Amino acid sequence: MEPKNNKPIIVIKDLVKSFGDKVILDGFNLTVERGTNVVILGKSGSGKSVLIKCIIGLLKPESGSIFVNEDNITALSEDELDETRTKIGFLFQSNALYDSMTIRENLEFPLLRHWVDITREEVDRLVSEALENVDLLHTIDMMPSELSGGMLKRVALARTMILRPEIILYDEPTTGLDPVTSREIENLILKLQEKNHTSSIIISHDMNCVKNTADVVVLLLEGKSYAQGSFEELAQSTDKNIKQFFD
Amino acid sequence: MDETGKVASFTGRFFSVGIQPRYENRELLNQCYKIGYLSFPLVGLTSFIMGLVLTMQLRPSLVDYGVESQLPVMVGLAIVREIGPVITALIFAGKIGSSIGAELGSMKVTEQIDAMTVSGIKPYKYLVATRVLATTLMLPLLTILGDGISLFGSYLGVNIRSVTSIDLFFLQVFKSLDFSDVLPAIIKTLFFGFAVGIVGCYKGFSSSKGTQGVGVSANSAVVLSSVMIFVIDLLAVQITELMGLN
Ligand SMILES: Nc1ncnc2c1ncn2[C@@H]1O[C@H](COP(=O)(O)OP(=O)(O)OP(=O)(O)O)[C@@H](O)[C@H]1O
Ligand SMILES: [Mg+2]
Repeated sequence: MEPKNNKPIIVIKDLVKSFGDKVILDGFNLTVERGTNVVILGKSGSGKSVLIKCIIGLLKPESGSIFVNEDNITALSEDELDETRTKIGFLFQSNALYDSMTIRENLEFPLLRHWVDITREEVDRLVSEALENVDLLHTIDMMPSELSGGMLKRVALARTMILRPEIILYDEPTTGLDPVTSREIENLILKLQEKNHTSSIIISHDMNCVKNTADVVVLLLEGKSYAQGSFEELAQSTDKNIKQFFD
Repeated sequence: MDETGKVASFTGRFFSVGIQPRYENRELLNQCYKIGYLSFPLVGLTSFIMGLVLTMQLRPSLVDYGVESQLPVMVGLAIVREIGPVITALIFAGKIGSSIGAELGSMKVTEQIDAMTVSGIKPYKYLVATRVLATTLMLPLLTILGDGISLFGSYLGVNIRSVTSIDLFFLQVFKSLDFSDVLPAIIKTLFFGFAVGIVGCYKGFSSSKGTQGVGVSANSAVVLSSVMIFVIDLLAVQITELMGLN
């Protein structure tokens, strides 16, 4: 499992993304080292979700490059991109569970399509394991519409993790959860990082979550990476743009 | 005009992405069930009424010309060649076009389509190819069943004023129908079905954010596919004319 090479797993250079004449990302740079958790901080509407959607290839940037495992995402064909995507887990801010499928089917959906030789028992085992991780095994045969907001977030997390991705992009994993569940989610993120050597980008406003999970914190401001450092470094900063997040 | 290009390239993907293996057979069956089987009661009812009403309305004119005995032949031809396929397709567009537009539209705005993409699965293949194939296969079947029920309605219509045996009625109808009446009529329903599926999916996929966007997708899917049905019908009649099948 342990990858030998220690080159960065994600390298983003001079990324520019706009919608119409509204520039959202304006020369953004970021390097994610293998096995680390990078937290992105930024005001609402600053383009955090847009950034990780560019990384997974849902949005096409105007210029700049994104290297994931040394593949340039912006230059891959659709089929190559799909291949790369199986190694990246993506947690949507809106969860985006398939509402016409049961929880079990939601989790099986990627498994059955990517691991075609997998046996039925193996699928059941992986699905149960993923749901146990988020304490929701009892919901396995329910529909998403029967679950609460926090439960949906946890199911979405389970679905994100099921293919054992090397990289996970979390869009606000603890928003809307109570402190106890939030803590459990943070522990799960840390557990995955340790066990599978997962590298992650985590978008969060929840300072407890940031504090507990971040190896590196990046502040996204006006389309650029305004500041970067460990949680402690940024927390001690006197820059008012940084300070307002830590008060 | 911009939209025509987009619809065309969306359709083109059906023949590139849509027909590559591996096939989503389970989803295809599921869609055939929803799109075909569950539409049958509606199509059956409307077809029955149409056959009955058409017969009752045609009779006085035929009586005036003294050709009342030709009633089964006239109605049979009208239903099988034109009215059956077009009415069934329009009902189908109303029921299925709107439901596909709304379903995919709401999947689009709640990012479920993006969720498929990020897990490395082509939503076009899973969602669009299966639905388009299902509409293309199911509409001809529904039309054939609908035609049969229409003719039965017509038989009852004939029997309101005079007495014919059901054998004689169907013998008269089938004797007057050629291969060249039936086949082009069924072939065009393949295209009607394809159009309803593609337009519904296209409108769903291009849905804009918000509940209103979903409503607009469903609505414009019905409008556009209905227009397409008439356009295809017009083309079909030209083609059969040119091929000397009329
Ligand atoms: N598909 C889109 N089309 C047009 N504009 C968009 C689109 N997606 C995002 N935007 C715009 O980009 C900006 C950044 O959006 P984004 O969702 O990345 O914000 P965010 O930083 O994730 O905020 P939040 O913390 O509220 O989730 C917003 O102003 C939004 O209006
Ligand atoms: Mg966001």
